[in-house]
Amino acid sequence: MTTLANRYEFVLLFDVIKGNPNGDPDAGNLPRLDPETNHGLVTDVSLKRKIRNYVELARDGAPGLNIYVREGAILNEQHRKAYKDLRPDDPKVDKEAKLNPKGDGEARALRDFMCRNFFDVRTFGAVMSTGINCGQVRGPVQMTFAHSAEPIVPLEVSITRMAATSEKEKVEREAGDDGSDRIENRTMGRKHVVPYGLYRAHGFVSAKLAERTGFGEDDLELLFEALENMFEHDRSAARGEMASRRLIVFKHASSLGHAHAHKLFERVRVGRNVDGEFHEIDDRLNNFLPARKFSDYAIEIDRDGLPDGVEIIERL
Amino acid sequence: MAFGIRLKVAGPRACFTRPEMKVERVSYDVMTPSAARGILEAIHWKPAILWVIDAIHVLKPIRFQSIRRNEVGQKAPASKIKTAMNRQSLEGLALIVDEDRQQRASTVLTDVAYVIEAHFEITARAGPEDSEGKHLDIFNRRALRGQCFHQPCLGTREFAADFELLSPDGPLPAAIGETRDLGFMLWDIDHAAAGRPSLFFRAKLEEGVLRVPAPGSTEIRR
Repeated sequence: MTTLANRYEFVLLFDVIKGNPNGDPDAGNLPRLDPETNHGLVTDVSLKRKIRNYVELARDGAPGLNIYVREGAILNEQHRKAYKDLRPDDPKVDKEAKLNPKGDGEARALRDFMCRNFFDVRTFGAVMSTGINCGQVRGPVQMTFAHSAEPIVPLEVSITRMAATSEKEKVEREAGDDGSDRIENRTMGRKHVVPYGLYRAHGFVSAKLAERTGFGEDDLELLFEALENMFEHDRSAARGEMASRRLIVFKHASSLGHAHAHKLFERVRVGRNVDGEFHEIDDRLNNFLPARKFSDYAIEIDRDGLPDGVEIIERL
Repeated sequence: MAFGIRLKVAGPRACFTRPEMKVERVSYDVMTPSAARGILEAIHWKPAILWVIDAIHVLKPIRFQSIRRNEVGQKAPASKIKTAMNRQSLEGLALIVDEDRQQRASTVLTDVAYVIEAHFEITARAGPEDSEGKHLDIFNRRALRGQCFHQPCLGTREFAADFELLSPDGPLPAAIGETRDLGFMLWDIDHAAAGRPSLFFRAKLEEGVLRVPAPGSTEIRR
């Protein structure tokens, strides 16, 4: 695998239509909000989860592309049980393996093994309890919180279900009932949706850290592919319609880079599209209609005076 | 200071976790010297040099925000990795996140900007080719062009830091006019000593400026 020779930054723009891109466990699963500005938030870990899920789905455990931090039940766990039946001497291995690695060399071997086999360890890093230098792998890809372009107003949608969870609940409901058939067994729930939100996420790829984990050009290509397609495979009742809209990559000609990341990010500007013209979004109350579709926004990329050694690649 | 540098760093959020409140993370009010050192090392570092933080200027009011996230409560066990290596099979080597779910809140700083004043010292591991001027040049060149080894962050990696080099003798941006006692704050971790003990100092914000004691100072407690 060819090692990465260039530093990269990327801006991912994605949107949500009548869905909840990232629920806040502190606020009863309401879409995350920055309480000071009312801008919507999506955490870095939420996006990384989707990248992992995409790679797991699209590559299905191809050599070197396994996913360590997985979601849900895994069929392999069942296979392992069968494996254990076949190899009764396994418990011995388990027992012996309770020991920590004996030295730096062994810890390094364990880290290399994990990096070689698992895409997410190689990309995002992982903390492994090897006991030596905390056994940490720091991955080359770093992502930050995604922000919505404008403040969002989440809607609370009450919904009903025509069934009760338990017999007890059914009896209780019937007792308080006025006798009408329609109310019988009915429970109510809530959904929280963002009518429309365009979110912007920033990411960094360090070539120097990539050298250490063996993150190569193929992995970078897969990462971008995942960023482009991850929402296509993350459909659910809660998410509504989510889609990656733009992926703008800044490629530096060297591993250390040629420009400040924040100055490159400033080159991608999100404004409102008013009759085909770009309008700056600022903190004043503009009389824009609430945005409800991607075409309500205009994206501008400033290519003037790009620093030497930086290339803009529009992936999406 | 002959080899001093001044770096302005800023970001929408930051979390300099207090060691005593690390499960449900609570940030210190101000960037710790060790976090500042980490930022400088992300731009340029060699075993030949040691960054020493002299002062941290706080440029924006200290404000907090709470974020709760789903996290996993486990590290990758070395034993399982070893078993997989020995068996040449990856089966069973995975972390199932929804079976080991922890919801943790973080109280983080919002909208921060600092100026880090620092210098470096040459360590015992320096070779004959390591001169102070050389490393200072490398750092200044990188910081000026926006080059870095990896993108520096404000405490944790999801809070990336924007950085900007300030000229060593130019005027500094105004710090907040606030004087407060920040209590005992982490100075750094002693990576050389056994058990990696944490070192603390009594942090005081004076007119928005946090003076950091030099290594070996009596103000640093274990």
